[in-house]
Amino acid sequence: MNKLLRWLFFAAFIRPFLTIIMGLNVRNRSRLPESGPAILVANHNSHLDTPVIISLFPHSLLPHLRPVAAQDYFFSTRFLKWFSTQIMGIIPIARIRSKESTGTDPLAPISAALKNNDIVIFFPEGTRGRPEQMADFKSGIAILAQRHPEIPIVPIFLHGLGKALPRGEALLVPFFLDVFVGEHLKWTGDKAEFLTALNERFTALAEEGHIPDWT
Amino acid sequence: MFDYTHLTTSVRWAIGVIFGLLLMSELILTLVSHLISEKSLKEIRLRIRTWWVIAASLLGALIFSRVVSLVFFAFISFLALKEYLSMIPTRRADRRVIFWGYFAISVQYFWIYVDWYTMFLIFIPVYAFLFLPLRMVLIGETKDFLKAVSTLHWGLMMTVFALSHMAFLLNLDPGRNPAGQGAGLVLYLVLLTELNDIAQFIWGKLFGKHKVIPKVSPNKTVEGLLGGIATSMLLSWLMAPYLTPLQPHTAVLFGLAISLCGFFGDVSISAIKRDIGVKDSGNTLPGHGGVLDRLDSLTYTAPVFFHLLKYFYY
Repeated sequence: MNKLLRWLFFAAFIRPFLTIIMGLNVRNRSRLPESGPAILVANHNSHLDTPVIISLFPHSLLPHLRPVAAQDYFFSTRFLKWFSTQIMGIIPIARIRSKESTGTDPLAPISAALKNNDIVIFFPEGTRGRPEQMADFKSGIAILAQRHPEIPIVPIFLHGLGKALPRGEALLVPFFLDVFVGEHLKWTGDKAEFLTALNERFTALAEEGHIPDWT
Repeated sequence: MFDYTHLTTSVRWAIGVIFGLLLMSELILTLVSHLISEKSLKEIRLRIRTWWVIAASLLGALIFSRVVSLVFFAFISFLALKEYLSMIPTRRADRRVIFWGYFAISVQYFWIYVDWYTMFLIFIPVYAFLFLPLRMVLIGETKDFLKAVSTLHWGLMMTVFALSHMAFLLNLDPGRNPAGQGAGLVLYLVLLTELNDIAQFIWGKLFGKHKVIPKVSPNKTVEGLLGGIATSMLLSWLMAPYLTPLQPHTAVLFGLAISLCGFFGDVSISAIKRDIGVKDSGNTLPGHGGVLDRLDSLTYTAPVFFHLLKYFYY
């Protein structure tokens, strides 16, 4: 991670951009963890999701904010690889199991980051998918929670980014963004039960705001 | 850095009065907070704090230069349009059309910058009105077409066309209004519109009994409306000689017009919020709600004040 460039990118570009062009409406900001280790779980609509979540935290925590991202996508070009590791500080994980990766644990780098008191950003849908529609959560988050039962998992519901910059679109159209932070939860002892609990948090958060039709 | 020398003496006085009023409300709040529980005052405290920010940014915009003022007003239109479009249902297919809607803001304020009056008047009612459906047709999504094209244009008319009249006041010949010049007209309009809102609110709280349009806005009462009208007529009579070219008797009638228009601007935005099912249009202004909650009255008062003024004095 290039600390200086990363700080510059967020201070001089992302934050002014989010304040002036987009506009954030953050509800229950106080529920965000003040330090790591913690896992932030968010619904995924847009490439902007990660910068928005990172910008919710003070600059001092910047080195500790680590988004989990798919290696197959973010390592696809040299520039993207440099950008996502040096500026975004991603933890690359293998979404697709290849021959070399069999036998290795794809979630191991996340556990290492948590051990380092990092705040890990995780998108349990695994993909941006159809904009402003939530897909089922993959089991990765449950496995992670089971491995780290003491670490708080903070749900963050995002709305508006899928409208502003959905998958497959390069033209940005400004909309106000909603960020609803939920109360954290921890491993419940059962995979299905945990995923249901997490899903319920998201449903409740989505109902807190007004989400106009977008079809 | 602050160059206020281009502002007339009475405009500088008006700025002083605005901050004086804010200071006074803070003082009253401090006194009252000894009598009433802190909790019920939290909202009003927040609201006044936001008023400071609003007043400071408006005055900052007027103090620097004409270009800064225009950029500021364009940004206000942008915030209002963005809030409107974030609140209403939109179609995924229209992303590009909506982009052109935003683009229209810069074009509209460009006409003001180059002082092209006719184009300023017709650009959104004619050209944007024809172009946006055309762009939508080219995309080809016909489901909910009428709804999409009309809600977008209504938003542009309210947040860009109507509000931009406030900025065009700066273009009016300063020679005809030596007391206040352009900045004086803007201050008169904004101050009177907002004070009218507050007056209607306070009169309604004190004496409100008979609801005007309970289906749209249950808090609006005949008593509040009439009290607001009387207050605005008086305030207009007091302010007009320092900020506008209005004669005393016309000033009273302008106060009446601004008060009535402010009311209708307010309730038309209320009707939309009620239709959609939201209480506030947004969360940008703590204690107030969204920017549209504060600009609602201005969407009516700005164009009506502008054209009355233009017709009778310019």
